[in-house]
Amino acid sequence: MRTFTNIILLILVIALIAVPMFFVKGEFSGADELASRVIEKQDPNYKPWFSPVWEPPSGEIESFLFALQAALGAGFVGFYLGYLKGKKEGKNANRAVGLSNSFKEN
Amino acid sequence: MLKTKFGFLFLLIFLLIPTPVLAMHIMEGFLPVKWVIFWNLVTLPFVVVGFIRLQREATRGPGAKLMLAFAGAFIFVLSALKMPSVTGSCSHPTGTGLAAILFGPFITTVLGFIVLIFQALLLAHGGLTTLGANTFSMAVAGPLVAYGVYKGLQKAGVSNNFSIFLGAMLGDLVTYIVTSVQLALAFPGSSFSLSVLKFMGIFALTQIPLAISEGLLTVLTYNFLSRYEDAKIWVEKGEH
Repeated sequence: MRTFTNIILLILVIALIAVPMFFVKGEFSGADELASRVIEKQDPNYKPWFSPVWEPPSGEIESFLFALQAALGAGFVGFYLGYLKGKKEGKNANRAVGLSNSFKEN
Repeated sequence: MLKTKFGFLFLLIFLLIPTPVLAMHIMEGFLPVKWVIFWNLVTLPFVVVGFIRLQREATRGPGAKLMLAFAGAFIFVLSALKMPSVTGSCSHPTGTGLAAILFGPFITTVLGFIVLIFQALLLAHGGLTTLGANTFSMAVAGPLVAYGVYKGLQKAGVSNNFSIFLGAMLGDLVTYIVTSVQLALAFPGSSFSLSVLKFMGIFALTQIPLAISEGLLTVLTYNFLSRYEDAKIWVEKGEH
């Protein structure tokens, strides 16, 4: 039942992403870029008074860092869930061994 | 013991890896000085309380550090996922809902704060001058709403899954509503309310489907977690 719920949840998430990706025509630029255009309209005299200390030198490097971040994050999430699963199964196995040993003694 | 250290090391590595996210946060230099000061002052107490609670939490028995790293890793993955939205622009979820439900809003403030610092330093995303404002929207307001909604619905007897979904979803949405209000306060143009609507049209509208995705993913992850570990214990043991 739980697995079923999880599969449904996953399909919904994929649909929410896939529908705009395939069926909506748009630039798909970042919302922050659009916001800076509105700021220009609201206050044409405003000049950003500070610029980023460092920027990724190219789009490729930016996407490399981006993929790395997602991979490491997902890697740890997977590691932790696997660790918990192993721990739980280990406990259950120990209990089973303990039980069969006590049967032998009797 | 070794495993705990390993987990903490992992958390540190995450926090040191730059986070190239393109689609939320107020950009560097885009808030006038008086608002920079204002949001820094508003956010500071939350960060301080958060650090104190985080330290206490990390010593709360075996597994605490790993669980903290897990909640931090979840924020990392989700804030790296720039997704297309029905409005034809892109944005990303925050991932703070899960941490808020497990550890309360203050600890989540610290996790989000650290992510934002590195984004500002290494990715030209967000910014140092806008750090206070961005921390307030993503790591204070969002988690507070996520936690409040979750606890409220739980008290009202709503199912655990639905409470998590709505908490995480509204926390995500509120983050962007607050961003819109922050920008409108700084750039009211001819009318403040009109300005709020303009910014919300960009941030909040784009965010609706992403907020739903974040809600669903948070339920999914919590389900996996509670299959092996009594996550409810973490929720209830905390003093938050």
